[in-house]
Amino acid sequence: MSRIVIKVENISKLYRLGQIGTGTLTHDLKRMWAKYRGKEDPYQKIGTVNDRSKKADSDYVWALNDISFEIGDGDILGIVGKNGSGKSTLLKILSRITSPTTGNIKIKGSVASLLEVGTGFHAEMTGRENIYMNGAILGMTKKEISSKFDEIVDFAGVQMYVDTPVKRYSSGMYVRLAFAVAAHLDTDILIIDEVLAVGDADFQKKCLSKMSDVSKNQGKTVLFVSHNIYAVSEICNIGIMLENGILAYKGNIADTLTKYIANKHGGTEVYVTSNKEFLFNGIQNLNVLNDLSPNSDIHFLLSFTSRNIYLVNTMIDFNLYNENNENVVHSRSNWLEFKFDIKPNSNYLIEYKVKSPKLSPGKYFLTVYLYHGTGFPILHIDNIEACTINAKNYFGKSLYLDNVISNTVPEFEIKLGSE
Amino acid sequence: MLADNATDWDYEISSENRFLRLNLLELWRYRDLLLMFVQRDIVTVYKQTILGPIWFVLQPLFTTLIFVVLFGRIAGLSPDGVPQFAFYLIGITLWSYFSDTLNVTSKTFTDNSNIFGKVYFPRLVIPLSKVLSGFLKFLMQFGFFIVLWLYYILITRQVTPNWYILLTPLLLLDIVLLSLGLGIMITSLTTKYRDLTFLISFGMQLFMYATPVAYSMSNPKISKYHSYIWFNPLTSLFEAFKYGFLGTGVFSIKWLLYSVGVTFIVLLLSIYVFNKVEKKFIDTV
Repeated sequence: MSRIVIKVENISKLYRLGQIGTGTLTHDLKRMWAKYRGKEDPYQKIGTVNDRSKKADSDYVWALNDISFEIGDGDILGIVGKNGSGKSTLLKILSRITSPTTGNIKIKGSVASLLEVGTGFHAEMTGRENIYMNGAILGMTKKEISSKFDEIVDFAGVQMYVDTPVKRYSSGMYVRLAFAVAAHLDTDILIIDEVLAVGDADFQKKCLSKMSDVSKNQGKTVLFVSHNIYAVSEICNIGIMLENGILAYKGNIADTLTKYIANKHGGTEVYVTSNKEFLFNGIQNLNVLNDLSPNSDIHFLLSFTSRNIYLVNTMIDFNLYNENNENVVHSRSNWLEFKFDIKPNSNYLIEYKVKSPKLSPGKYFLTVYLYHGTGFPILHIDNIEACTINAKNYFGKSLYLDNVISNTVPEFEIKLGSE
Repeated sequence: MLADNATDWDYEISSENRFLRLNLLELWRYRDLLLMFVQRDIVTVYKQTILGPIWFVLQPLFTTLIFVVLFGRIAGLSPDGVPQFAFYLIGITLWSYFSDTLNVTSKTFTDNSNIFGKVYFPRLVIPLSKVLSGFLKFLMQFGFFIVLWLYYILITRQVTPNWYILLTPLLLLDIVLLSLGLGIMITSLTTKYRDLTFLISFGMQLFMYATPVAYSMSNPKISKYHSYIWFNPLTSLFEAFKYGFLGTGVFSIKWLLYSVGVTFIVLLLSIYVFNKVEKKFIDTV
């Protein structure tokens, strides 16, 4: 049983559509007049639901509508939702950048928000000066920064450049330094928005492990918004899903993500960061495949295991190569309109059946590509020894086929015609 | 299950505006940030320049030379018996502190919307840091004036200061608070409607002529405008300054109190407006 550290009660946020101009002034005056007479704000009544694909029927839109949830001490909350569902607005309100139109939030403990890395960096200042500046902006005192200074420089890996103006940094160094400061914040509650989308793959991995370390080992409360489902599922324990400004689901992270993926139906925002999350265990029926005749159907049983991965619309392609590395069979799942969904921690058996391909005798190698519907690669299995075709008893004769120089040996007939 | 700890929340976020809720404690927690902003302002200004901080002194020096020629020689507005150079230098130094502070603080929200949109810290830190970094710049310029002033007292004996000099810290404080108040008022009002920014750019020019920078209230040439110029809250401050240091001008306790009163009202009003705007400006800026 943990204490509530953040309590969000009926938060709503109204935004005005279109431009600010003279019309805004009349609206402001009407609003003031209504307030003066003790009436409700006339524009709050007519705000529309935040669905960006539809044409608005009012000048005002509810970016968030009546959101309530609670977060306990040490919880790591993942906030998911499509673009424009209100995630960033919610974070902005939680980090006190803007205030809600109605409702209130109660917070226990100190809060730092990372909606961007490197806020307040000044190009003319050195790395050292910027570490202090950025740290102070994020709420650290000079003393706290000094005590963590070496750690920060170490994490960013910029020891040599500490006293060089950051305008001379490579963009990678710049971003690493910026993240390093953020990663060493010492507050009770951290609010993080997509900051992982920085640096190269190695550094992203480093960031991610630092984040899980912060949350799991240091017992901090974290609010995390990301489109990276892998990252969310890795780090968070509870989740909420926003849809058009409305709280569509709250619960544990696995359920929230399942709901989110089910909701997307071929959405394009699902990514996986590492192919270690979907593993190939091997071909299960190798013993059968070792003794085939050109005439027989080739029937592969491929076994896979998923770890922390959620993915819809997974496609799979197969290629069969002969000993001369020539592609003899090419099959794509989307020709059959076949696709499947991957859920975490499950086993998958995929059957691939080639009907009597009449391949010439010899050894064959299989190449498998797994990818998301958008083309994002998941797994690539290269040239595994897959099957051997013997020529025994083919064509009903007891002789071996010899001197085959073609890739296929279809059944054929040779006859003498009568004239 | 989560336990509800009824009341001991550290802070609350809501849409309500509390009248004049100035969170000084929070501001104190961010004092390091304040000092770093000051440092940044000072340090970055003269990076990659050869003369460095000397520029701070060169600016008023050249303006003063122009004023000596224009207002002293041609228009004949400088008072008799006082070295023109010292007279204009003190006016320009004071004026540039006032106008610089007003200028930068009046752009607090628009210039920093980038940072403000990403991180929360008490927004007042920014205008306060501008006031302080401006003050450091002012001190350098003022130091330059003091050197010149001592020269006029000790070497040429053209100037005799008096005890009103002791009012200097209070006069400076009033000037600072007035410019800060006006600045944050303007920046609060311009987040949504940009009209005021146009007014500021040329209004500052006019404001200078309505302030005894290039002339003194004791000058008979401007006596018929007295009734208007005294209503400028800066007038009595500038006059008291010149009276203390150079023994010229008009010292008026009545108008000084008026100026303090105006400053107080402007400051209260501007903090109220600033508080109201800082919570939502990012939606409209």
